[in-house]
Order: sequence, then C-alpha cells, then structure tokens
Amino acid sequence: MSTAPPVPDGNLALPGDGLRASGDIAASLSPPTRLGGPIPWVIAILIALVVIAAAGGLSLRNLADNARADLADAVTVQIIEADGEARAIQAEAAADALGAHPLVTSVRIVPEAELQELLEPWLGTNAASDNVPIPALIDVELSRRASADELAQLQSALDAALEPIGGGARVDSQSQWLRPVYDALSALQYLALALIALVSIATAAAVWLASRNAFTNHRETVEIIHLLGGTDGQVTRIFERPVVREAAFGAFVGLLIGLAAVWLLGQQFASLDSGMVGGGGLKLTDWLIIAAIPVGGVLLALITGRITIGYALKSML
Amino acid sequence: MNERPSEIVKFDNVGLRYGTDPEVLSDLSFTLFPGSFYFLTGASGAGKTSLLKLLYLSQRPSRGSIRMFGKDMITLPRGRLPDFRRRLGVVFQNFRLVQHLSAFDNVALPLRLAGTDEAKVMRSVTDMLEWVGLSHRLHAIPETMSGGEQQRVAIARAVIARPQILIADEPTGNVDPEMALKLLRLFEALNHRVGTTVIVATHDVHLLKKVPDSLIMRLNKGRLSDPTGALRYPPAPRVMPSTEGQGLAK
Repeated sequence: MSTAPPVPDGNLALPGDGLRASGDIAASLSPPTRLGGPIPWVIAILIALVVIAAAGGLSLRNLADNARADLADAVTVQIIEADGEARAIQAEAAADALGAHPLVTSVRIVPEAELQELLEPWLGTNAASDNVPIPALIDVELSRRASADELAQLQSALDAALEPIGGGARVDSQSQWLRPVYDALSALQYLALALIALVSIATAAAVWLASRNAFTNHRETVEIIHLLGGTDGQVTRIFERPVVREAAFGAFVGLLIGLAAVWLLGQQFASLDSGMVGGGGLKLTDWLIIAAIPVGGVLLALITGRITIGYALKSML
Repeated sequence: MNERPSEIVKFDNVGLRYGTDPEVLSDLSFTLFPGSFYFLTGASGAGKTSLLKLLYLSQRPSRGSIRMFGKDMITLPRGRLPDFRRRLGVVFQNFRLVQHLSAFDNVALPLRLAGTDEAKVMRSVTDMLEWVGLSHRLHAIPETMSGGEQQRVAIARAVIARPQILIADEPTGNVDPEMALKLLRLFEALNHRVGTTVIVATHDVHLLKKVPDSLIMRLNKGRLSDPTGALRYPPAPRVMPSTEGQGLAK
C-alpha cells in the first residue's frame, strides 16, 4: 500500500513567485553542441577573409595618403627646348621667376647627369647623346598644396618670364601625374569594402542556416519549454548561447589566421624596400579596427541568430 | 465554504479540425470549476488528447470560445500565453521530457522558467523526486530511464510548481498499480491541499473509482456527454483546511 503522499515540503514554489529572469535557465537548457561542427570553421574562414581584406584596404588607404602628402606640395616644371644652350638659359630664367613666387619654398634645376641616369634604363647610353634632346626639369617645392588656380598663376608667371627670351615652360603637378594611381588605389579600397560587405552577408547567412537547423533539430524542446511557460525571450537566449560560443571560437581562429596572412604579406612587401610600399604600413588605429573585426563578427552572429529564432518562434503558438 | 466557486475554464461551442479534415471535436460546451477533480474518458480516437491540447494551450480551436482564468484565450496575444501556461501543469501522454536534460533538470524546468530562486529549486525538486521514488536517478537522462521512471519524472515536472490546473493524459499508463495509486494520491493531495483543478484523461475505469467525488467527462466521437451533470453545475468545494505537518493521509 502506498505511503501517505506528502506534497513535497511546504515550501514548493508557487507560480508567479518572483518572476525574475533566471540567468541559469539558458545555460541549463542549451542544446548540447560541439565545436567540431562546420559552422565555427566557416566563420573562422570568413573572419580571416575580412581581416585580410580590411588590412589590405587600410594599408592601401595609408599608402595613398602618404603618397598624396609627399607629392601634394610639389610641382615639376618642364622646359622643352631642343637647343641645349637656350634650354639652360630658359631654365635659369624660370628658376629665378619661380624663386620670386610667394608659394614657392625651394627650386632645384635637376642636373643633366641626373636626368640621363634616370632615363638610362629606358634609353640606354643614348640618353647621354646630344641626338636625344632631354627637357630641362625643375623640382619645385611649395609651402602647401596648390589649388588649380594657383598652379595657373604659377604658369602665368613662368610664361611672363620666358616669353621675352622666346621660351616656354609647362607646370606639372606631381599629384596629377599620379591621379590614375590614386584612382586605382581608391578602386582597390572600394573592392576591399565590397569584399567585407559580401563576407559579412555570407557570415550572416551561415549563422542563419545554423540557427534554423538548430531550431529545427530542437523544435521538440522548444515546444516543451513553451508549454511549460517559457517565453520567446527565454527560448531565444537558449539558442543564442551556442551561436555566440561557436561564433566567438570561429572569430578568434579567423583573427589568428587573418593576422598570420597579413604578417606574411607584410614581410613580402617589406622586402621590396620600395618607398611607396613603405607608406602602406598599418597604424595603431588600423590594428584596433582589425582587432574589432571578430567582435563585430560575434555581434553579427548574435543579431542574426536572434532574428532567425524570433521569426521561427512566431510560427509557433 | 458554500459560496458558488467561479469558473476556471469555460468552453462554449468549441470545435476543432486539423486542416481540412472533419472536426475531431464538435460543439463542446462545458465549465470546469476550481478545486474540482475531473476524469476525462472515452475510447481511443474520441478526441481526449485534442481536448487536452486545447486545455493546455497548445492548440487554438477552429471555432467557439475558450475562457480560462477569466480571460478569453482565443484573442489573447501569444506573448501573454506564458503567463497562463505557468498556471498549468501538464503530464503528456508520451512524457515529452527534454532528452538532453537530467531527471532533476527536467523537473526543475517549470520553476526555473518562472525564475524561482535556485536554492528553492534544489530543495523542491530533490523532495519531489524522492517522493516519486527517483532520488537515486537525479542525474539520469531520459533515454537511460524506463517508461515508468520517465512517467514519474513527467508527473513530478507537472506538479512541482503547484499549478492551478493539472492536466494529465494517461498519467498512470506505464506504472505498476501501486505506483499508479500513489501518483493518484499526489494528484488528490494537490487537489485537496492546494485547490488545484485536476483533469485526468484515462482509459482505466478502475481509476475512476479511486477518487471519491470526482466528476466524469465522457468524449464520444468528439462530442462530450455529461453523465453526472458535473459540467453544468458547480460541484461542492473539495478544498480542505490545511493539514500542515500532518502529511496527506486520507
């Protein structure tokens, strides 16, 4: 015969007894997941790609900025004159006129020997021959970046100085020569941004699929929790936990892979020992941006997971 | 004690069909009163489980109106359902235990979902599992437990939070007669001590005789018959004065 059935102690909790959220409920209900599944590794690859793309984009930006800063306040004056003697006279007159201009801080007539040396890789030893007339070049440093109007004024000053002696000169802003290069660098930066956007979408899609699968696999658990009085918020937190854990693992591994790739690429470019490439080094703020990528990845996964589960729950009573 | 108890559940002309199939429940109109003990009987396929699904808010009816705890459940926003589900305790026919949780964690679920203090959860769940004879199986997961053990865990989970309505679908189907009687006594204890309204769906006609003053709802092909008139008139209150410290022996 059964013993007397005491309702287990008189302290049984009653419904509505302090309906505060329990921090442990999500932990105790989280479906068992293993990090061996594909999603953390997919996220790792995607985060690595974002790190590489971001590092590349930031490096290109630095490179372009440095090159612009170097060249923005310099112009080159070319004197095209076949007769060497007349060319030298015109160059002197142009240098005098430039030296008197308030925007100009220094003027240097590039020596002919230096010009020949510069051209030798293309023209060979013929560069030194009188048969190949080489324009005179004058390196001009400005006190600041010149506007198009100021460059026009400089050109007018040169024209006024050289016309009496029957010569002429052309002012070339060095930054204008490099405009196609800057345009190419900008295009590469936009490409990096587009790549980051695409990879972010791919990450969100991966998390969306993973969350949906997890939800489908644990639908029975979700139904039970609902029927026992669990709220959508509680169910969402249960699924958030593994999503965040897997995304954090993947993001960390991805960061390491990405940093290794960036370091290797950096070593490769550093060995080129080129002045322009040297300007593409990453600064502290750049490293902080790169360090924030995995955090952003985890947040993206969290938000995607939350939205996915939220939509799935709306289909249930 | 003689004042007329207010209704806790009221069905009015309720019908239920799945998809475009014929109705599995038709024209159900009845009232359940607080503190009463009901048996729901009927042949297999009579619609017992469908009716229970409506009662434990797992399903909305195709027509008619359902009021529970004084609120219209048909128009209730789904965001408010958890508040009402927490007032229910349900023993599902197939137990529906969370497979990756231990017996302890399964029984603790309703309390934890309600945000109950963990110390209280520990004490209540341990006592409850001890009472259903599973104190040695606290950490066992359902797949390692027998059908009877799982059923006892399911029952412990249903009653742990002292629900206002206990709904049990064949709760004694997988346990031996002695345990069946013991579990029935637990339902009675809840009914007497706490005033829980109990609804037990069962095939077992012998069980009906074990609870004096219980009321019988009989389903036949989706329609309800009321042999005792219990569904029209409120029964005498069964809630008894507190017997604190005296156990619940009858």
